[in-house]
Amino acid sequence: MSLLEIENLSLKIGETPILRDVDLSIDAGEVMGLVGESGSGKSMTALTVMQLLPNAARTEGRVSFDGIDILAATEDRMCALRGDDIGMVFQEPMTALNPVKTIGEQVAEGIRWHTGASRADAEERARQILDRVGLPEKKFPMSRYPHQLSGGQRQRVVIAIACALKPKLLIADEPTTALDVVLQAQILELLRDLVDENRMGLLLISHDLAVVTQMADRITILRHGEVMEAGETAQTLSKQAHPYTRQLALASTHVPERRVLAHPFAGDRASLLEVQNISRFYPGQRLSMFHKAEPFRAVDDVSFSIAPGQSTALVGRSGCGKSTLARMILALDRPSGGEIRFMGETLTGRDEAALKPARRNMQVVFQDPYGSFNPRHKVERLVAEPLHLLEKQPSPAERREVVASALHEVGLRAEDMDKYPHEFSGGQRQRLSIARAIITRPKLVVADEPVSALDVSIRAQILDLFADLNGRLGVAYLFITHDLTVARAITDDVMIMHEGKIVERGPTGEVLDHPQSEATKALVAAAPDLHRAIARRLQEQG
Amino acid sequence: MTTYLLKRLAIGALTLVVASIVVFSVLEILPGDPARLMLGLNASEATVQVLREQMGLNQPILLRYLDWAGGLLTLDFGKSYTYSVPVIDLISERVVVSLPLAIMALLLSTAIAIPVGVFSAQRRGSTADTLSMGAAQIGVAIPNFWFALILIYIFAVWLRLVPAGGFPGWNAGLWPAFKALILPAVALALQQAAILARVTRSALLDVLGEDYIRTARAKGMPRNYVLWRHALRNAMIPLLTILGLQFAFLIAGTIIIENVFYLPGLGRLIFQAITQRDLIVVESVVMLLVATVIVVNFLVDLSYAIVDPRLRIRQ
Amino acid sequence: MTLPAAEFERETFGSFIAKAFANRSFVIGFVITSLIAGMALLSFFWTPYDVTKLIVADRMQPPSATHLFGTDQFGRDVLSMIMVGSRNSIAVALVAVGIGMGLGVPLGCWAAARGGFLDEAVMRFNDLVFAFPALLSAVMITAIFGPGAINAIIAIGIFNIPVFARVARAGALAIWPREFILAARAAGKGKALITVEHILPNIANLLLVQGTIQFALGILAEAGLSYLGLGAQPPMPSWGRMLFEAQTLMMVAPYLALFPGFAIVITVLGLNLLGDGVSDVLDPKLRRQR
Repeated sequence: MSLLEIENLSLKIGETPILRDVDLSIDAGEVMGLVGESGSGKSMTALTVMQLLPNAARTEGRVSFDGIDILAATEDRMCALRGDDIGMVFQEPMTALNPVKTIGEQVAEGIRWHTGASRADAEERARQILDRVGLPEKKFPMSRYPHQLSGGQRQRVVIAIACALKPKLLIADEPTTALDVVLQAQILELLRDLVDENRMGLLLISHDLAVVTQMADRITILRHGEVMEAGETAQTLSKQAHPYTRQLALASTHVPERRVLAHPFAGDRASLLEVQNISRFYPGQRLSMFHKAEPFRAVDDVSFSIAPGQSTALVGRSGCGKSTLARMILALDRPSGGEIRFMGETLTGRDEAALKPARRNMQVVFQDPYGSFNPRHKVERLVAEPLHLLEKQPSPAERREVVASALHEVGLRAEDMDKYPHEFSGGQRQRLSIARAIITRPKLVVADEPVSALDVSIRAQILDLFADLNGRLGVAYLFITHDLTVARAITDDVMIMHEGKIVERGPTGEVLDHPQSEATKALVAAAPDLHRAIARRLQEQG
Repeated sequence: MTTYLLKRLAIGALTLVVASIVVFSVLEILPGDPARLMLGLNASEATVQVLREQMGLNQPILLRYLDWAGGLLTLDFGKSYTYSVPVIDLISERVVVSLPLAIMALLLSTAIAIPVGVFSAQRRGSTADTLSMGAAQIGVAIPNFWFALILIYIFAVWLRLVPAGGFPGWNAGLWPAFKALILPAVALALQQAAILARVTRSALLDVLGEDYIRTARAKGMPRNYVLWRHALRNAMIPLLTILGLQFAFLIAGTIIIENVFYLPGLGRLIFQAITQRDLIVVESVVMLLVATVIVVNFLVDLSYAIVDPRLRIRQ
Repeated sequence: MTLPAAEFERETFGSFIAKAFANRSFVIGFVITSLIAGMALLSFFWTPYDVTKLIVADRMQPPSATHLFGTDQFGRDVLSMIMVGSRNSIAVALVAVGIGMGLGVPLGCWAAARGGFLDEAVMRFNDLVFAFPALLSAVMITAIFGPGAINAIIAIGIFNIPVFARVARAGALAIWPREFILAARAAGKGKALITVEHILPNIANLLLVQGTIQFALGILAEAGLSYLGLGAQPPMPSWGRMLFEAQTLMMVAPYLALFPGFAIVITVLGLNLLGDGVSDVLDPKLRRQR
């Protein structure tokens, strides 16, 4: 009998069906990957096993863990299981730890509760497990508070809490989604090792097919609360028997067709954007009344240029300064030093009125399709916002016409302009965002992680749209991303940023295939790649 | 931590200085002569001159401010015109009524509100929750002086358990004096307790929705354990803010309540001083109450630092 | 993955009304508030008796069919006095809210938009005003200018300024880092324009809720001040003053203390329920917790 068996599980929250007849099983020492797009019910499946569902949830079917009927278990029984036999790791490490308790307390608490160990014994065990997850006491005393640790370190603490009592089953719900690729690779390796050491079962929930392929022995694909396909990972993904599996796999590795610039570097003489020795320092933390720490160099002496129509990726780990650099280019943040020239005009140090012509030719697309729009305005007003930059304000009729044509460019209908943003899906909102960015026919669009909040199938469509606009309108992109697959798909050129500096630059394919700098090598090695992962799995199996 | 506290201390001190300037200016912006105002229109020119001299009104304004502010620091508030005694004597005589009253009310309201708030948050949506929050809603709406009247009617006039008003003084024995403060403290506490109970509940519900509560539950900690050990301490942060603000309301409340119960406290003193136009007393008592509010706010800042390590320890 | 955050959803006006009238707090609060407002309006045209006429023959009548709430020691009809008194309470509280919003909201928005030293200065100003509870400022103002309704308005209004400044600033600070603000800046819009177009519409619900709370507090503060004789002066009836006069007659005519007190409680309760209801309906974060 398997460690965890889910049979015909159905779940409703209020009147809304969330899961329908879900089957899933995990053996000891086995990694099960649960894959699906947002709203597919992945997290709810995990919370059902933990019995931490919202109050309005109603379940049907059978869930048995180690011979225990979970759906019928009392709350006391569940408390005894949670944290002892079943551990769970969550997506968002920044908020998963209690800010007013030390990490030592938080790890030891569960140990004391379940084993009745004395405070000293529990602390000793907490020390061991923290050491095991890569937080040795010498460098990370147990008296640290969560806010003194980085995101990756906090996720290690959460893993330590979940694995402190060597559970039989570990549930990891998108454990690396909030982390950059290098941290992701480290955390996945840690999970892998812990599973092997303790013969734990692991339920790994992810939206990322490549991550799951790397990790999972078997895979279950979920859509709209129903299991589409389940089976051995490499087999399932190489055969792609189910159309949805095929669709997911294709979307994950989608490369839009695009016109390739003949000579990416040829335009240096008439470059569109020129960045010279730009820096941005943030004042250091005050250490005491009279001492300040060294200023933090978010962007440190960066120079580069972009030719008209060129699509350039800016790639780096989180916190490397890529967003700060983008904001300075957009004149939303003032550089501490250096110069930015756009279409021959100097931007640095100009006042808002003098920036108008430049702003007209330089627009922006943000990551979060939900936060990018004022929820109280209609689409017409939202998309038309950059028209504020025109010398001559259009009449209402002209404005509607311009908005309609911009909506048409991004594949939306003119009628959509009378709706509010909440009436659109995430992918459609990102189209709106792009419509707003191109309405003044800019020469450069800065896109800050524009597809990383989207599901893979939507992501593929938006990438196509970016490629299409690049070809048709000749707009240049500065594409900020942490995802090398996206960089490969959409850009001619790539710049690798590391700790405020650009450490490598060149044609995208070349740089990513033959990385020179340590930072690039680390990124490339850590980046999950679906094809490589499947190939490796098949090879292992012979 | 020290930097944070030094900053808060500096802010408190600065506020105090500015407040003293504001209070002092009140005398200055008076239309006409403060001495004449205090003595009334029928006073003779000579009496007015004597008072002007006594109040130091013939000196330059800056000097008078420094003199006055310096006096405050050494607890020398000047001399009351109507009582002809140093203001500090009046204050120290009255503060032994007001301070115990305020503290009793604060303790009482906290002792009622926190358990009710926790109880309600635990049973969110239940009948018990609805009833206690409904009661709190009504409690917020009851003016303290009206509640005081009702209490007097029930417990003093009708049941004759406690005196209807007045204060025998602490010399009359601990119990009689305490007894005289019970109704006033209850009257003051009701509204504060109702507010605090509502804030406790909503602060707890906010915290209970946080990710780290789910982490604690996933660790196997039972619901009530999580509530007391994880949620309450985090909910303390908004609660402390409200407690600090409430103290200011409590001070204002004592002015009214002391008048309802004829208690010889600071509130009654300031009120009598107004009717007698004893501006020196008004000024001094206002300054004292403002200073108390500022000190309490500093104490609240201090307790933030104790509750929240993010303020205590730098990243 | 997480569901789309509901807090970005916008209510259309129609759906807001529909939701509001499905909310128990809102409905009760709305009915009570409308009744009180209606009563105040009615008192301009009609009251059961003339409150300025003293009819000694009718003094100290207990509640009866002719005098629903009885009469006071001068023979005035208590119901009529409560009706006229509501005008005073509402006017004082409303103008005080107006002062607080009119000065506090721009101050808070300005502080949030500019940040740095100016923000610090505004916050310190708030600390300063908070150190003077409304009643204390009223006492000081009365000490100089003598008692009156205007002084009550000023004292309560001043206290409202930092309250609204704080709410507006906190709300604005939460909106400023959002991406749609960056997009507006990339569209060349200045801080003032962004505040008007993007910040204010998104903090309006916070201000509305705070407005009802301060309105209720204003009614209570006004009652307290006029109880102490620092508010509206006779012959203008006010609820607080009626309670003060009733206190001495409590042994003989307890009903005199009952009805004005109920008037205050019901008005404040109605406003608070209305505020709760509006915030339930407008704030999806709280709604999710239900």
